[in-house]
Amino acid sequence: MAPQRASAVLDDLAGDVDAGYPAFVRAHAGAVYTTALRLSGSRADADDLAQETFIRAYKALQEFDADRVLSLESRAWLLTITLNLWRNALRRAARRPRETSARQVDVTDARRSPEAAAEAGENAELLVGLLRELPEHHRVPVVLRHIVGLSYAEMASVLECPVGTAKANVARGLDRLRALASPEKNKEVP
Amino acid sequence: MNSRPSTTGRRPRVGVDVAALRALRVDAPDGFVDSVLDGLGLNDADHLVTVQSPAGDLFVAFNDDGISAVMPAALFDDDPEKFAVHHRRESGRPLVAGNRPPTGLVAALRTGQATSLRYDLSGLSSFERAVLTKTLEIPSGEVRPYGWVAREIGRPRAVRAVGSALGRNPVPVLIPCHRVVRSDGHVGNYGLGVPMKRALLSAEGVDLERLERLADAGVRFLGSDTTAVFCVPSCTHARRIRPVHEVRFRTSAAALAQGYRACAHCAPVSVRDAS
Repeated sequence: MAPQRASAVLDDLAGDVDAGYPAFVRAHAGAVYTTALRLSGSRADADDLAQETFIRAYKALQEFDADRVLSLESRAWLLTITLNLWRNALRRAARRPRETSARQVDVTDARRSPEAAAEAGENAELLVGLLRELPEHHRVPVVLRHIVGLSYAEMASVLECPVGTAKANVARGLDRLRALASPEKNKEVP
Repeated sequence: MNSRPSTTGRRPRVGVDVAALRALRVDAPDGFVDSVLDGLGLNDADHLVTVQSPAGDLFVAFNDDGISAVMPAALFDDDPEKFAVHHRRESGRPLVAGNRPPTGLVAALRTGQATSLRYDLSGLSSFERAVLTKTLEIPSGEVRPYGWVAREIGRPRAVRAVGSALGRNPVPVLIPCHRVVRSDGHVGNYGLGVPMKRALLSAEGVDLERLERLADAGVRFLGSDTTAVFCVPSCTHARRIRPVHEVRFRTSAAALAQGYRACAHCAPVSVRDAS
């Protein structure tokens, strides 16, 4: 249960993928799962997305040589896989529409204390609802930056854009989210 | 007139700030990592359950190969995290919460017979495994000397090594190293402390005072003059001998010379004679 340092995890992975992979999964499960949950909005979809991310990553690592593993930006690399899987799933869903909204939307982390959850829960629930209304090109940067906590360097890598563009997209996404949060302000403009 | 319409169905105000967004971070659910690693055939973690036993609450670690570690929870302040750190240092494997105890564990702790459970002794030498496997055969309520284990595994001179191997038993209580005692009838050492050893044996019905008295008197074996069978004193068959039929022996040779046959249950010929 004691976490390993990031470089130690990569060292082990470069030495022997099978031996190092469990620690690699443990180190990044939270970030991958959070991304999957906040992009998809459902626990069931998040589970599939996050599982599939780690299966794809494992297969890819089999082909990497040790140097490539050692220089890996683990989290950005994994979340790029998650993002691609999610976009593919969206595309598939758009081609073959089925009921996606029926899936239950889960909001808060059940592990938090009841008091904290109750206090934060209401706002969190509303915020998750708003996130789902954000268009993809706004939702992705906000989720990666402000929920998962990526650096802008990681953002640029995942979004395949310059750092400045990543920053701008996060700012625009946040503005849009705030606008959604207080629609009456917009409407009050004469 | 009313500049703040409250009944027009507008949504409640939502706090959109960095802290509120950060609070939407979650951990992967319990079992997620296991499920990923199981799917890839890479699961290296042991599972942890806490069970009640005559030695108090026990932390029990296990994997697909069997039970890999047992420790009284009290030694770790009942804190599974502390045990996990210890377990990782000892076994090299992480520990994750298990759903339910391995099949048969609870029954084994109730009856004291843990022979049918599976154990993961992969970190041990073949000698240590042989010692523990033999020790597992000692029935609840009985004891055998260290030398008995050594002879039974074909290493009669390795009595001290047997003691060390038992001291490193990763699954105490279940593999009953507490049932291995000194040939002079005293209980000897125990990894979890001598008081715990005495308590476990007493809970199983071992009469320690009587065994020590017999040993002090130089008695190593008890025979029955009705069956002409001789046993180690704690053998379940020896305990059924009525006092009028009890015959005491210092050496197995003496018993054999008088026409007694060694008990098939307790294998007394592997016990060193009194000197």
